[in-house]
Amino acid sequence: MMIETTNYYRWRKFKNRFFQFLLILSAIAVLTPIFLIVQYTFVKGASSLNFDFFTNLPKPVGESGGGMRHAIIGTLYLVAIGAAIAVPLGIMSGIYLAEFDKKSALSRILSFSIDLLTGVPSIIVGIFAYILLVVPLKSFNALAGGVALSIIILPIVTRSTEEILKLVPDHIREAGLALGLPRWKVIFMIIVPGSFKGIFTGVMLAISRAAGETAPLLFTAFGNMYMSYRIDQPMASLPVQIYNYAISPFEDWQRQAWGGAFVLIIIVLGINLTSRAIINRNEFVNFFIELNKKFKGKKVK
Amino acid sequence: MEQALNQKSVNNSPAPEGPDSLHLGIPFKLQDKINVWVLRTLAFAIITMLATLVVLLFKQSGEAVKEFGLWNFISTDNWNPVEDEFGGLSFLYGTAVSSILALAIAAPVSVAIALFLNEMLPAWLGKFLGLFVEMIAAIPSIVFGLWGIYYLAPFVKETLTPLLKSTLGFLPLFQGPSFGIGMLTASLILAIMIVPTITSICREVFKTIPGHQKEAALALGATRFEMIKLAILSPSFSGIMGGVVLGFGRALGETMAVAMVIGNSTSISSSLLAPASTMASVIANEYAEADSDLHVAALCLVGIFLFVITLIINFAARSIVWHFNRKHAR
Repeated sequence: MMIETTNYYRWRKFKNRFFQFLLILSAIAVLTPIFLIVQYTFVKGASSLNFDFFTNLPKPVGESGGGMRHAIIGTLYLVAIGAAIAVPLGIMSGIYLAEFDKKSALSRILSFSIDLLTGVPSIIVGIFAYILLVVPLKSFNALAGGVALSIIILPIVTRSTEEILKLVPDHIREAGLALGLPRWKVIFMIIVPGSFKGIFTGVMLAISRAAGETAPLLFTAFGNMYMSYRIDQPMASLPVQIYNYAISPFEDWQRQAWGGAFVLIIIVLGINLTSRAIINRNEFVNFFIELNKKFKGKKVK
Repeated sequence: MEQALNQKSVNNSPAPEGPDSLHLGIPFKLQDKINVWVLRTLAFAIITMLATLVVLLFKQSGEAVKEFGLWNFISTDNWNPVEDEFGGLSFLYGTAVSSILALAIAAPVSVAIALFLNEMLPAWLGKFLGLFVEMIAAIPSIVFGLWGIYYLAPFVKETLTPLLKSTLGFLPLFQGPSFGIGMLTASLILAIMIVPTITSICREVFKTIPGHQKEAALALGATRFEMIKLAILSPSFSGIMGGVVLGFGRALGETMAVAMVIGNSTSISSSLLAPASTMASVIANEYAEADSDLHVAALCLVGIFLFVITLIINFAARSIVWHFNRKHAR
């Protein structure tokens, strides 16, 4: 009992209180800006949207109105090119890393390359695609943009496929082999379909990441104020259009930049959260069960 | 009886359905060999492609190296596209200062919020808020940039700068007028953007600590603060460092948000309020408009520096986290 009243004990208690106060303070310091960004984008973005935004092309400078139909379609187009290149390649190399040649030089170098690609800043990816496709074709083009996005998608898909296939227990592979199946059939007809959900989630996360990228598109797909479906011509994309409008001096363009940001965030977070919800379905369900319990518990008391 | 047996064998004669219908008439061993070699070819193609790209990047920058010399390039800050004179020091400086400042702000806060989510909140709420924090990592950087221009820059200009000037105004860091956009704004944006990276790694690291260690500390009469210090922070120090270095790597390479709020000035200023440039932001701003070959080469050289530095940082972070995981897996 004597100890509890000493100054040292009080000092320890004070330190404890102070520390917990600091933790709460820093939590507020982190959550406030996040909340502000989301809230600001949603309020400003939603109020900038109208029907024209989705159906019209940009009007000439000075005239208000017009929209970003070309940029929305352009983003879908570029992401589709990127995914078409990177998703099959990524899944294949993920399968290779998880199932074959575990200790060989080739798989180690591939693994290193994938790590390297994961860490490359997206602007450098833009330079890669520029050197690869813009220099030889002598014009900014949509294909270069798509390739740049595929370089973003590839490492994410590879890593997630590899990690998910590693989670499949070996006895399933052994069961397949024991039935007399060749190994490729075990992989492509038993293992891969069995972890389809996980692989699909990895692919969707990668695509949502690519859809929001601006830097690799700045000098590959470049941007376009007109509707274009040609793969060898510059093509508009939502992020680049937002960038160009955001740094422009025209108020109507700035308003549209907010509208574009809102649409982009809905696309990106929509894909992201849906795929997370698919993979963590049980966690989501549990969360709402817990929440329900808490509130019910309060009412009873 | 015999007829029935015959009937059965006749019924069985067509090839059975199912996986075996893909027999293709090739022996299984050969099929597997083909499959492995296809995958190996793809792997080899990816590696070759990447190697080619890196080599081409170096080749593209060759002209700038020849013209200015490597050391000269990184020791002068004279960047003048009109006169075709290029020195990259101001970008190295801008990248280093903005990333280090962002890290100084983000690292303590991220560790704190990881502790808050894991140790102070009930598990269900911690998980939910953790998801919310991780969601920032998914927001495109262009949206951060847009928010930075229209919300954070005016806030820095009108609220934060007067506050800093009145308290720390005597420091050379806070001299000169604030235009809203500048080094400080860029660092703040970067800090917000790297918090989720560091936080999620810290949370993973803290989760590896066995519950009985915490209980032991509490049973000895430690307060919660002492328990966190003794049982959580000190054993996971190297893991936290790994997360911090990874966050640093992310800050170095971040392009759009920084390019929009840093002000794009190519001179070095000691004041954090002044506009500046980073390696990534100058590439984003000038690459599409570069008309002389030397300009493109100089930008590629800046890109190579950025590439090599982020590479080193990322692998350092990975090896720290990897060593931590191996130590704790035992």
